[in-house]
Amino acid sequence: MKSLRKLNKDRVSAVLLIVLGVAIVVQGVTYRMGTLTRMGAGFIPVVLGVLLTLVGVAIGVTAEPGDFGDAHSAPTEWRGWLCIVGGVFSFVLLGMYGGLVPATFVSVFVAALGDRGNSVRDAALLALALVVAGSLIFSFGLHLQLPLFAWG
Amino acid sequence: MQHALLDLWYGFGVALQPSNLMWSVFGILIGNLIGVLPGMGPLTTISMLLPLTYVIPPVPAILMLAGIFYGSMYGGAIGAILLNLPSHPPHAVTCIDGYPMTQRGRGGAALGIAMMSSFFAASVGILMMVFLSPVLEAVAFKFGPAEISSIMMLGLLAGATMSRGSPLKGVAMTVLGLFVGAIGTDVISGTARYTFGINELSDGVDLAALSLGLFGIADFLVTVNRKEIKANEAKVRMRDMRPTRLEMKQAFFPMLRGTAVGALFGAMPGTGPTITTFIAYALERKISKTPEAFGKGAIAGVAAPEAAAHSKTQVDFIPTMSLGIPGDAVMALLLGALVIKGIQPGPQLISEHPDIFWGLIASFWIGNVLLMVLNVPLIGVWVRMLQVPYRLLYPSALFFIAVGVYSTHNSLFDVSEVAVFGIVGAVFLALDFPAAPLVLGYVLGPLLEENFRRAMLLSRGELSVFVTRPISAWIIAACALLIAAQLYAYARRLRKVRPLLAEELLAE
Repeated sequence: MKSLRKLNKDRVSAVLLIVLGVAIVVQGVTYRMGTLTRMGAGFIPVVLGVLLTLVGVAIGVTAEPGDFGDAHSAPTEWRGWLCIVGGVFSFVLLGMYGGLVPATFVSVFVAALGDRGNSVRDAALLALALVVAGSLIFSFGLHLQLPLFAWG
Repeated sequence: MQHALLDLWYGFGVALQPSNLMWSVFGILIGNLIGVLPGMGPLTTISMLLPLTYVIPPVPAILMLAGIFYGSMYGGAIGAILLNLPSHPPHAVTCIDGYPMTQRGRGGAALGIAMMSSFFAASVGILMMVFLSPVLEAVAFKFGPAEISSIMMLGLLAGATMSRGSPLKGVAMTVLGLFVGAIGTDVISGTARYTFGINELSDGVDLAALSLGLFGIADFLVTVNRKEIKANEAKVRMRDMRPTRLEMKQAFFPMLRGTAVGALFGAMPGTGPTITTFIAYALERKISKTPEAFGKGAIAGVAAPEAAAHSKTQVDFIPTMSLGIPGDAVMALLLGALVIKGIQPGPQLISEHPDIFWGLIASFWIGNVLLMVLNVPLIGVWVRMLQVPYRLLYPSALFFIAVGVYSTHNSLFDVSEVAVFGIVGAVFLALDFPAAPLVLGYVLGPLLEENFRRAMLLSRGELSVFVTRPISAWIIAACALLIAAQLYAYARRLRKVRPLLAEELLAE
């Protein structure tokens, strides 16, 4: 079972790299290619895209079920992923429409909920502590451009 | 010789200027502090403070970043020895013998030995930097665009294949990094590449956003709910840190050998500190009269890898500063910071910016002395810091990352870049790709492209220029050798694995 998972990892990597490489080439050829002597903007990216595709193919071909390196295959931690990524994006959104204080509170609160060991109360307390510390350090201390509150 | 000493004297003058000294000490303290925190390595720390360097002059900026780096390496050893927690991969080896020593109640002595070895090795590394850099610089002056591109290719290739894990995956990440470096306005033609009409992307991807995504957020994503960090009631006081005379004796030669291993590998571009520490450890176990003691708290198993990591770190600065070829991702970040400050890394750096180069060297010494002095009385504080649980740590770090990246260009778009690279990084980490080569590729990408295009322009499109110019030919030969060695290793593994596999299938 473990060897199967390792095999899949390499295959998935290969597909991912090939898709990326082809996409880079497809977009790259829309820029001026130029000649080897006078390269255009598209030359190097296209070469890189081709290289990436080739490496992807090589990884796919050599994918072997042997267990090399430290493959720790644990199930994906969806809750952690959702909360951490959500935390960063909520900082962006609330930074735009709310200001530093709400952005800090919500992003820390959401991110903290990603850990199973944190209760809602712990997360809220941590967020509150960082709101205070963050406002003091960044707004009053370092004069961050982001206002504490911004409506709209 | 005398010249180097005079330069060094000048360097001390630069490093001891109050404002430079202040930033350097600040970097060391922050690095040490964050390095102690579980799960935070020098890469995360440097990335987090990268935004700060945008607002201070280049000399203190680079002194601060370097301070963070070796400060966090000192800090990392504490977590490795007392908690069996390698916050920075090179310390993984230190755990093997350091933690058993803690269990035996000699954790303090292990820390003391680790610090002495680090200090000794760093001093040797610094001396090598002082005397070797000018020599290398003299050679580097003969470099044209062709030589610079080929040595960059060698550095990238070495960085990609010599890290742990699959060399092909390392190459893939390097190429991807080169591509990410190409995003934005092409410097020669002015064409906006891969920006898809997003204005914020025309200046390219932000270095701080990229590295914080890859080494910060991606790390949280991979670590959250996975690592059980037990609060350990290790009590280490100052007087526990003095090793016994026997321990000193046992550690002395391993320390010398570790330093030598580190210095040797430091000169090779692309070999990361992790692999260096593993080699130093393996060497000690091989030549030891009591190999069975290793893994159960042998002091040599702490001294050698710690010494190797520190001499390697210092020697790593030689190719980074004199050739502009970073040895690993940390060096790549430092170079990236220089580029942001408008300083072109490369052979001309030492002569054009002697304040940066010699100031940096002098500050290493000051910094290492300070670290020795600081860490002894502060050990109690560090032990308490180690007990901060990860569940409170990473949301706080996430906030500092977000604010830090925002403040570089006052742009929330950069913050969303962090999230994107966090996801990308975590996906690749989950697929067993190394993240460090991507940053190496990103930093070197634009430099490589510029030099490569210039070399092609000068040679009228003749690719053969890379093998007809003698220095470049040697470097290309080294590249070919690296690839050949990888192919050979692969072929050998293949022969070994196939029969094994058949057996495994039969057994099931």
